[in-house]
Amino acid sequence: MSSMEQLYQQLILDHAKDPHGKGLAEGHDAESFQVNPTCGDEVRLRVHLAAADAPTVDRVSWEGQGCSISQASVSVMSELVTGASVEEAEQLGETFRALMQSRGEGLDEAAEDRLGDATAFTGVAKYPARIKCALLGWAALRDALVQASAATTKKEEER
Amino acid sequence: MTAITDSAGATPSSGDRTLSTSELAAVRADFPLLARTVRGGRPLVYLDSAATAQKPDVVLDAEQDFYLQRNAAVHRGAHQLAEEATEAYEQARHEVAELVGVDDGELVWTANATAAVNVVAYAMSNASLGRGGATARRFALGAGDEVVVTEAEHHANIVPWQELCARTGATLRWIGVHDDGRLRLDDLTNVVTERTRVLAFSHASNVTGAVTDVAALVARAREVGALTVLDACQSVPHMPVDLHALDVDFAAFSGHKMLGPTGVGALYGRRELLEAMPPVLTGGSMVEVVTMETTTYAPPPQRFEAGSQMVAQAVGMGAAARYLRELGMEAVAAHEAEMTRLLLDAVASVPGVRLLGPADDRDRLALVSFVVDGVHAHDVGQVLDDAGVAVRVGHHCAQPLHRRLGAAASARASAAVYTTAEEVAAFADALARVRPFFGLDREGTR
Repeated sequence: MSSMEQLYQQLILDHAKDPHGKGLAEGHDAESFQVNPTCGDEVRLRVHLAAADAPTVDRVSWEGQGCSISQASVSVMSELVTGASVEEAEQLGETFRALMQSRGEGLDEAAEDRLGDATAFTGVAKYPARIKCALLGWAALRDALVQASAATTKKEEER
Repeated sequence: MTAITDSAGATPSSGDRTLSTSELAAVRADFPLLARTVRGGRPLVYLDSAATAQKPDVVLDAEQDFYLQRNAAVHRGAHQLAEEATEAYEQARHEVAELVGVDDGELVWTANATAAVNVVAYAMSNASLGRGGATARRFALGAGDEVVVTEAEHHANIVPWQELCARTGATLRWIGVHDDGRLRLDDLTNVVTERTRVLAFSHASNVTGAVTDVAALVARAREVGALTVLDACQSVPHMPVDLHALDVDFAAFSGHKMLGPTGVGALYGRRELLEAMPPVLTGGSMVEVVTMETTTYAPPPQRFEAGSQMVAQAVGMGAAARYLRELGMEAVAAHEAEMTRLLLDAVASVPGVRLLGPADDRDRLALVSFVVDGVHAHDVGQVLDDAGVAVRVGHHCAQPLHRRLGAAASARASAAVYTTAEEVAAFADALARVRPFFGLDREGTR
């Protein structure tokens, strides 16, 4: 498989064509808007949290435009973090960022298991110019989760 | 060094004479980088010269020779090296001034073209604060004054003017474009009025390749007494440019797009204007007499060249100007006119590809920006890169123009004097593979 075929795994092309979680939902706890100024790619992402023992990502919805890598990455991420605790979702983000720094070598088996379908983006790490594309949605998620936690803390303090 | 006169043994190039195959091969041999391979051994097809051009070895040699043999602080010191360094630096200014048809004293070195535009904008800002005294009052702006740009500009010729207006209370207006990206000259008399103090526009668009009817804009600016500022980044490397004949007041261009080094550009200003303009960056090298209370300033161009300058890069830019003049800008333009036709044909030959810019080759640079239906520009660039074809993707620092033309981003293939017909054919082949790769066309539907 050529580097370019590794970059554009079928799973990525499928998600780019038929993205999950696309279309903004109301009633969200936080929203983040991120752009990649070099190419104009953008994503607006909302998170809905559920209050369980630990706060959990109940739903991720988003709207955006951009290349197949950025769009597929938000789509795969939406599936992956739905149902995860906020802490788990943040850790998944860190793991995915580590994957992007791996120069295409990938991560250990346990980390790749946790990332699931998101390991399809391993080939992106060989193209430094495209790493930002894959990280756009994850940056929006991190920002939205930080905002949501800040809002929750504030509410608790006010109580 | 390849002078066409050497390889062809003929008279210096003139008229619309283009490059022969052997002349083109000789030109390419001057650019060592063009011989390299990319992405697993594929020959490089460099079609990104509008972003930055490759450098001939005479430019690299000139920079290296300066550091190896002549390096010293310029315009100070009485030793021999200082004399030689100053001479090399000023000779480079002369070479660049000759290329664009202006006097040596009218050419100011800047870090790049963006810096050149900002020199004019900040000088006007300073004049608006009363700096420069009565002679600088002609540059002062305030409420009720207008600055006019065009919708086709690079951000470097929009944002400095937005900022100048924000600082002075002036209003920014702009000339729109037609669907093919050419300026709406029918708007000229409505937009450029007695209130207009500055008309800033590009000689050629870095997105559509359209070459501006400079005479029409300058004539209107003269009628209303507005200063003209020409962004000549895309024209100077590709066609004969005579700034005195164009009769603009200021012009900005960069070294790195005209086969020279990065880190150096130039501002042309009509002598009487530069003489009346207050300085922008202040400090060493731009002064006459400094006391603890006040300072008098050096005449231009030194007034606008504060601090240690990028001397080796300037020397390199001078070598690039000399190289272009020896090739002959008429011959460069004639060669690139062929590339324009081939690039337009390439884009037209592939289904599902939309050109941003005029489809005719009249008054047009050898560059094509385009959108592939259903495939984002980044992904287009990736497939082309896999074939060794280097193009630019994104908005090319022209977001308003992309918005106007209905595209978030585009891919752009751009030629230079060293581009060959075979390279454009390789680009066409790779472009035809883009939609099939993303499952949008069957193979062979081209």
